[in-house]
Amino acid sequence: MSKEVKEREPLFSPANLKLLTKPLNLNNPITVQVLGICSALAVTVKLKPALVMTIAVMIVTGVSNLVISLLRNGIPPRIRIIVQLVVIATMVILVDQVLKAFMYDVSKQLSVFVGLIITNCIIMGRLEAFAMSNKPWPAFLDGIGNGLGYGLILITVAFFRELLGSGTLFDVRVIPQGFYDFGYQNNGLMILPPMALIVVGVIIWVQRYYNRELIEKD
Amino acid sequence: MYSNGYIFRYAAILVIITASLLSLAAMLLKPFQERNRAIDKMQGILTSASVTDVDAKNAISLFNKYITEEQVINPEGEVIDTYKESPKEEGKAFMIDMKKENYKKLKGKPYQLPLYIAELNGKKIYIIPMLGTGLWGPIWGNIALADDYKTVVGVFFDHEGETPGLGAEITTENFQKQFIGKQIFDNKGNYVPLEVVKGGVKKLPPNQQIHGVDAISGGTITSKGVQAMLDATLKSYLPYFKKHS
Repeated sequence: MSKEVKEREPLFSPANLKLLTKPLNLNNPITVQVLGICSALAVTVKLKPALVMTIAVMIVTGVSNLVISLLRNGIPPRIRIIVQLVVIATMVILVDQVLKAFMYDVSKQLSVFVGLIITNCIIMGRLEAFAMSNKPWPAFLDGIGNGLGYGLILITVAFFRELLGSGTLFDVRVIPQGFYDFGYQNNGLMILPPMALIVVGVIIWVQRYYNRELIEKD
Repeated sequence: MYSNGYIFRYAAILVIITASLLSLAAMLLKPFQERNRAIDKMQGILTSASVTDVDAKNAISLFNKYITEEQVINPEGEVIDTYKESPKEEGKAFMIDMKKENYKKLKGKPYQLPLYIAELNGKKIYIIPMLGTGLWGPIWGNIALADDYKTVVGVFFDHEGETPGLGAEITTENFQKQFIGKQIFDNKGNYVPLEVVKGGVKKLPPNQQIHGVDAISGGTITSKGVQAMLDATLKSYLPYFKKHS
């Protein structure tokens, strides 16, 4: 019987697609759930590390959601957090090692931040809130969706910080030299961590302006 | 409810599986990672000697082409090992673990110093590897001197975890090219440490500017780390410079 149910629900049914798209806006891990802020501050000075970080986090959230969902019926509740941590840590170390072996230059740029994915609350949060009580495929999609939602904000923040702070995008100069000749200056404040918080704040403001249902009643 | 026995068994099996998975991955990937590290080291050495267009693919061949000699030096400035054969990455100097040597130096024990000699456009360039500390972790690099042992031909810096956009800017060309042409000795032949000046090299008196470069705004501690690393490294090579100039 369970087979029939599976066949009836296509892989990308509306419900499953929602798992992918909801974290992009209405349930965004950074701007709505307010998780994973620390790494959002740290890796958003430039676009390239932000992009690789996004991919790394997506892989880790997706795969660890999948693994925990597969194990969910056997995990003893009393040590479930430890089990989740072990799975996340394993994934993160694997990602780090693979980056070091095959994408050495990028791994050098990201340095400690890959390791710090372990401490990213989004991943633990999704494992605990979703993967522990859902089937593997939806859990995997939820992980990817949340990784994407996280990355969307990261890349938006990194875009403004790199553009205004360094005058470059992906390390390519975009603000013409003429501007500098007329006295334009890169905003040094943009590359300091507090500005990341302010940019995230502005994004939350804009998001709530367009999505009134996110605004708390009182 | 799960029994205690189940919980212990579950945890044990989980840990054994993940541990073996990780060791397997580490073992399989180690040769690739070590290769990357060696190539990275060569790239750094070549870049400091102002060889242009070095990338991960041609680093090995360029390294063998330009580096003519590797030396190991003791603290008294005597050459205790020279290596001129190819492949150059098998030379003793290339194998030296800077961290261990720095530790020995700190403890006052005898230590070894690596030195690479490159030949570019018929001129000899002496390349000295460095290792120091930044704000969040180690920083390292190379400084290349002309054959008068005084003029800086080029430098290269790298780091493990300095803040992107701030301390990590030591890896940028804009920071590194400032060092070109700077002097580590004054007119009287006294050693003058290179200074990384907060607020810009213009703050120094005019006759001192040849020994200084601009620090990185927002990266003060990393800049100071660079200065300390340069000073500590160059000081230990002074006996060698004296003997050979």
